[in-house]
Amino acid sequence: MEISLKADGKEHRIAVDPRTTLLDALREHLGIYGAKKGCDHGQCGACTILLDGKRVNSCLALAVAHDGAEIITAEGLAADGELHAMQRSFIEHDAFQCGYCTPGQIVSAVGMLAEAEAGWPSHVTRDVSAEETRLTDDEIRERMSGNLCRCGAYANIVSAVREAAEGGAFR
Amino acid sequence: MKPFRFDRAGDISGAVATLAREPAGEFLAGGTNLVDLMKLGVMEPDVLVDVRRLTSGEIEDLPDGGLRIGAAVTNSELAADRRVRSRYPVLSQALLAGASGQLRNLATTGGNLLQRTRCVYFYDTTTPCNKREPGTGCSALEGCNKDHAILGASPHCVATQPSDMAVAMTALDAVVVVRGPGGERRIPAAELHRLPGDEPQRDTTLEHAELIIAVELPPLAFSSNSRYRKVRERASYAFALVSVAAALQVRDGAVHDVRIALGGVAHKPWRARKAEDALRGRPAAEESFRAAAEAELAAAVPLRENSYKVPLAGNIITRTLLDLTGAP
Repeated sequence: MEISLKADGKEHRIAVDPRTTLLDALREHLGIYGAKKGCDHGQCGACTILLDGKRVNSCLALAVAHDGAEIITAEGLAADGELHAMQRSFIEHDAFQCGYCTPGQIVSAVGMLAEAEAGWPSHVTRDVSAEETRLTDDEIRERMSGNLCRCGAYANIVSAVREAAEGGAFR
Repeated sequence: MKPFRFDRAGDISGAVATLAREPAGEFLAGGTNLVDLMKLGVMEPDVLVDVRRLTSGEIEDLPDGGLRIGAAVTNSELAADRRVRSRYPVLSQALLAGASGQLRNLATTGGNLLQRTRCVYFYDTTTPCNKREPGTGCSALEGCNKDHAILGASPHCVATQPSDMAVAMTALDAVVVVRGPGGERRIPAAELHRLPGDEPQRDTTLEHAELIIAVELPPLAFSSNSRYRKVRERASYAFALVSVAAALQVRDGAVHDVRIALGGVAHKPWRARKAEDALRGRPAAEESFRAAAEAELAAAVPLRENSYKVPLAGNIITRTLLDLTGAP
């Protein structure tokens, strides 16, 4: 089936089998490798992309169901060769070891900060009816729980996200 | 994944009519569970009818003070809605206790209700499972069953219903609005899911080609004093071992009214009506909460590995009700 996707700022028109996920469309059809295939079952978060501005697992979204969507991967976060503040923060805090989960972590963190900025509560928010939420380390850990890091770089991921959040690194 | 035909219906009636002609077809909404089940070969529909953009993505105020949630509202939008957070905090908390930020952004209200059990044998196509392949037997009955049901199970199936959201909706007496080939009908949330009996392949009371178009939350005077508590094996991003959704109204130190539903204990969200009945008029204190929980759980039939769920359910019912009295 023919679909249109705008990926990392570029328009594409591609023909895909209905079984193709957005993750496979990006990697196999568009040559965009920023979204990684980890578990391919929505459990690890390595494939996280921004889909029409929201972070999602691209391995569970069928491409044909998202005709016309706008996608941003970790590659598209960098603009004009300039790294996104979240990417710089991950480097400064050494927030990775092998790096495989990192693009998903970074995209997820950018999406997560936008959610927090919009006032969305989380599972660890004591009073969900409160107007504002402070992004404590517990809040960052809970909100990032959909991104696994098997090297266990969590301590530095939390500090990278915290510092980027303090600097206002949401889109 | 088995090949399938992808159908973009133009409207709700078109989607219903298409699926009615396709006995082996399924509706597709967010896809977070269905696409995974298709990858694993657990579900093999030959047609997917995309309904995500057909049902409403809005949450509307109802004239009686309730809310009508469109089936396409995502789990994250519903959890973040100001009205839900202040009037029905139990629902917001239940949603936030489920899945991850990424999954909640894709998953819809209608789809969340229809997600399948996470029983490991249902997912493992090399093992017998009456839910996946009727008549092959239940591997969990004598197998690894620490996550399974303690209430309302049958010799054919001991799987549990996995949705946290559905547990909160059951406690809140929500109504599921459904459109099918025969028109529209309204199903109380407590009657949407069913006990397995001898047809464990049927999770719900929906007929083929019936589409959830909305969920209505009726007004409840004390729903702002409500809470969801979930116990799981890690701090986040895991299904419930046992969970409770409760709302409590106390007058002059006594329970005036109460709603309790349990998750992780049965093939459906378990509305604890015995406990509710036992509590009305009783002192709003630990002793009566515990006695009511025990009354509800007297019918529990634990399996070899899940007897822990009986005291666990009793404890979290008691503690959650105590929290709702404002007790330290």
